[in-house]
Amino acid sequence: MAREFKQITKASEITENISWQEITTGTEIYEPATSLLVQTGDWRVNKPVMVWDKCKQCLLCYPYCPDSSIPVSKDGKRLDFDYDHCKGCGICAEVCPFDAIEMKKEG
Amino acid sequence: MAKQDRMSGNEAVAYAMKQINPDVMGAFPITPSTEIPQYYSEYIADGEVDTEFITVESEHSAMASVIGSSAAGARSVTATSSCGLAYMWELLYVAASMRLPITMAVVNRALTGPININNDHSDSMGARDSGWIQIYAETNQEVYDNFIQAIPISERMRLPIMVCQDGFITSHGVSNIELLDDEEVRDFVGEYEPEHFLLNSEEPYAVGPYGISAYYMEAKRAQAQSMKDSMAVIMDVANEFKELTGRDYGFFEEYMMGDAEVALVVIGSSAGTGKEAVDRLRGEGKKVGLIKLRVFRPFPRKPLAYAMCKVKAVAVMDKAESFSNSGGPLFNEARSSLYDLPNKPFVINYIYGLGGRDITVEDFYEIYQDLFVIYRTDDPEDVYRYIGVRDSRYRYE
Repeated sequence: MAREFKQITKASEITENISWQEITTGTEIYEPATSLLVQTGDWRVNKPVMVWDKCKQCLLCYPYCPDSSIPVSKDGKRLDFDYDHCKGCGICAEVCPFDAIEMKKEG
Repeated sequence: MAKQDRMSGNEAVAYAMKQINPDVMGAFPITPSTEIPQYYSEYIADGEVDTEFITVESEHSAMASVIGSSAAGARSVTATSSCGLAYMWELLYVAASMRLPITMAVVNRALTGPININNDHSDSMGARDSGWIQIYAETNQEVYDNFIQAIPISERMRLPIMVCQDGFITSHGVSNIELLDDEEVRDFVGEYEPEHFLLNSEEPYAVGPYGISAYYMEAKRAQAQSMKDSMAVIMDVANEFKELTGRDYGFFEEYMMGDAEVALVVIGSSAGTGKEAVDRLRGEGKKVGLIKLRVFRPFPRKPLAYAMCKVKAVAVMDKAESFSNSGGPLFNEARSSLYDLPNKPFVINYIYGLGGRDITVEDFYEIYQDLFVIYRTDDPEDVYRYIGVRDSRYRYE
């Protein structure tokens, strides 16, 4: 029996059950920041861990992070990693001048 | 008011582009399409258009630039030939899967090797599975008319389109042409108002996302549907164009097919030579006809099959070899389209005109003679043939 379908307009409606009639034209996504919906952090093999005693809040790690996984508070202090999206590339640990980030095996 | 002029096919494309005045042109020169960006750069230098003319370092970048500009919301055009088209390969699929209405003038030329700059269809035929609409022209007039029609076809369907013409034969051959007024062209193509575009600050959105196995096939099926649906749009635009100009376009043109007993199917400028052969043979009382295919993608499977069924033997002409051991691309699709019909004609294939080899009225005479042999004997013999090649098995001069 044919299934009712409607054109998808929201990223949250794009699931592995949608039909070809429902998928957006050219697989476009009509809203920003949809990567927040996908937990890509579980690809991680190595995990950055803060050694807060050594951190001077210089914020050098923040612009180096290729996945925007270092949140910074309104008063300009870096917070702990966004582990839902950090892929453990280790760039932050490499660039930290104070050895305040250690890479540890995941799991 | 229509204006009479004389122009080469390349100038006709550039002139059509000028009248359309697109937002962006990605430009890289390659023989025989080089004159298109060359003429266009003169229009820009003279202040006749306000197109952003992006001079890039390769055809790969030419296509990348118009993919970017089209996604941004700009009406985008480019032109290329031969290995330039081959160099765009990867990006042709990107443009089509992103459903970007890019209009590209393809001036058909052989692919290397041996190195050759002359006309055949191996470049665009090779790109036949990339998801682009393909329209071919016999004359300079058709090149001009097709280019203007291509804009609304591609924008209504959100599909990229190749407007193909034969390198040097029409691209550099100057002939009489009837031009529309600038205003008529602008009214015909209208303003480009995409529903979604990257420069729209009201709607941030993403194009060209990763499509894993769970989505890729649905995306491709939807893309295939758009190609099917474009059949109706191509006819709508042709009808609107006829209203404006009186010139009639369809998926193909039937020439003297009413009472024909045998016929040819051919793409591009060689149709003109074929029609001359038809006229002469008709003068001798031979019932011969010709079908000139204009739209190759989408392939007009059913209407073409019915048209071919009017005769008993058909020769399908391929200006591209596909090294398939079973004939050229047009032959395979044309012949396959007949399979389900009860009274189908015999269909044979001729590979012709590779790398600029001339095809003459005498060659067409020979083909029609071969068709009449099949007509009488009901035996097609070897269906995969060549014409115009020196062959030691036969005497030649």
